[in-house]
Amino acid sequence: MTSEAIARPRPPRSKGRSPVASVIIHALLIIASIAMLYPLLWMLAAALRPQQEIFSTTSIIPSSISFEAFGRGWNGLQVSFGTFFTNSIIISVLCVIGNLAACSLTAFAFARLKFWGKNFWFALMLGTLMLPYQVTLIPQYVLFKDLGWVNTFLPLVVPKYLAVDSFFIFLMVQFFRGIPRELDEAAMIDGCSTFQIYYKIMLPLSVPVLTTAGIFTFIFTWDDFFGPLIYLNDMKNYTVTLALRSFVDSTSQSDYGGLFAMSVLALIPIFLFFLFFQRLLIEGIATTGMKR
Amino acid sequence: MTVRPLGADSDLPISGRTATAASPWRLFWRRNGAGYAFLTPWFVGFFGLTIGPALISLYLSFTDFNLLQSPHWVGDANYLRIFTADAKFMQALRVTFFFAVVSVPLKLAFALAIAMLLNRGLKGLPIYRAIFYLPSLLGASVAIAVLWRELFAGDGVINQLLGYVGITGPSWISNPRYALWTIILLAVWQFGSPMVIFLAGLRQIPQDLYEAAAIDGASKARQFWSVTLPLLTPVIFFNAIIQGIDAFKSFTPAFIISGGTGNPINSTLFYTLYLYQEAFGFFRMGNAAALAWILLIIIAVFTGISFLTSRYWVYYDE
Repeated sequence: MTSEAIARPRPPRSKGRSPVASVIIHALLIIASIAMLYPLLWMLAAALRPQQEIFSTTSIIPSSISFEAFGRGWNGLQVSFGTFFTNSIIISVLCVIGNLAACSLTAFAFARLKFWGKNFWFALMLGTLMLPYQVTLIPQYVLFKDLGWVNTFLPLVVPKYLAVDSFFIFLMVQFFRGIPRELDEAAMIDGCSTFQIYYKIMLPLSVPVLTTAGIFTFIFTWDDFFGPLIYLNDMKNYTVTLALRSFVDSTSQSDYGGLFAMSVLALIPIFLFFLFFQRLLIEGIATTGMKR
Repeated sequence: MTVRPLGADSDLPISGRTATAASPWRLFWRRNGAGYAFLTPWFVGFFGLTIGPALISLYLSFTDFNLLQSPHWVGDANYLRIFTADAKFMQALRVTFFFAVVSVPLKLAFALAIAMLLNRGLKGLPIYRAIFYLPSLLGASVAIAVLWRELFAGDGVINQLLGYVGITGPSWISNPRYALWTIILLAVWQFGSPMVIFLAGLRQIPQDLYEAAAIDGASKARQFWSVTLPLLTPVIFFNAIIQGIDAFKSFTPAFIISGGTGNPINSTLFYTLYLYQEAFGFFRMGNAAALAWILLIIIAVFTGISFLTSRYWVYYDE
């Protein structure tokens, strides 16, 4: 599927559709849109409205707006959410860098280099695409525990530098194959080494796929709950996702405003990617079947 | 200009002379070195973090490993217990299968229905598409699971909304009859990404097929059944596989909504949640490894059957 196929507006199939039908379709879609967005808007409103109003109204318009809940939620646990956000950002950024570097190196070898056993390794790489992480979970845990990495970010970050995410390798292989080989050859005649071809020809031409892979790596890492759940014990090391879980468990004190305020904050980075890279995300999904 | 593979070229001009004197190993390295150098990180990860651990976990599944003592071989005891005497395993299977069998078709049906509505040269398509896609981008976050938990609580908004039409709803998340349905609803709410894939698939169907069908007097419904649906079967198949595997691996919503327990009365005890409890709650690592391998086999069988049956219902060009 090409990206033009996605971007191209489709010509209307039935030009003579009656205005009544049009109105009905729009009405249906608008109702569906409201239903889809209602939970999100309600949460935003819950974060902004007075505490006692949260569970007493279904309206998504607060009677008055205050950011007080954000302050309360920010300091709602023993450790401030500033720490959790810092941790999440550090882990996510390190993972993006590692995943892009390691997967593009691997993909370059599979897409462009010729070496003994290539097809064999490539088939093995594809074979791990569907391997559920639970299968490697326990030995990995033992390994990282023996290395003394439990309760550090290392078990979450280091695997990304070893290209364990076959999906992104596959994505990049597909893209690299579409780049004309003449460019590599011209560069080689000009005296470029193999690494220079990778670094100076392939990577600059692969900005779209690198951006897509980078954004999705960021979102997957940012949202990751299972990894932090098993590897991070000390609250000072918690990510935002773990902190939200602790917040839910401690809402016996029922600061729901604070809980929703922090939930909204947790969604903001993803929402920003949605706002600014929506087209890229949608193309990425349409062409590759990325899960989200 | 002839196209020559990269790795082979780089050595030709300079090293032609030394090639005769070189040992076979050096020759091998010169031909293949670049490829293997580029693959080094992947090799370390593949053997050290993927295949190695997978094989070790297969071994551990035949032991009584508990993280503290070294593992003892127990033969097929773990598997035997799981299949014959483990009520929680059966419950976890039931919950997960039910979730997959209900949520995936519903999700795909919504995705296709909305994609069809949007695919009519509608004004405002990008806006609608963005709105419907947003939940599936945000939906995997713990924040959304937290929200869901409160929406469907006894005094939650859903019950207030139902109150307007005179229904007194139960506490959905703490009622064993409904708790799983709230998680199904959460999954269906995220129909946006299969919808985007359907939209792209619908664009690929040639317009002249519809024109020809219309000339032959086919109604809209007939066109859907005889043109759209058959030509879309590869996309439906693809979506079903991706979403099906994802459903089996689902963890976070059930964990957050049930507080990590799988309750009420194990009605949201997803397979992965049970595995997590066995491994990191009770430290029955050997047993958990067996569960992981059973999950792998379930996914492999599911995928295998899907591919085998696909040639009877999936339409491929040529």
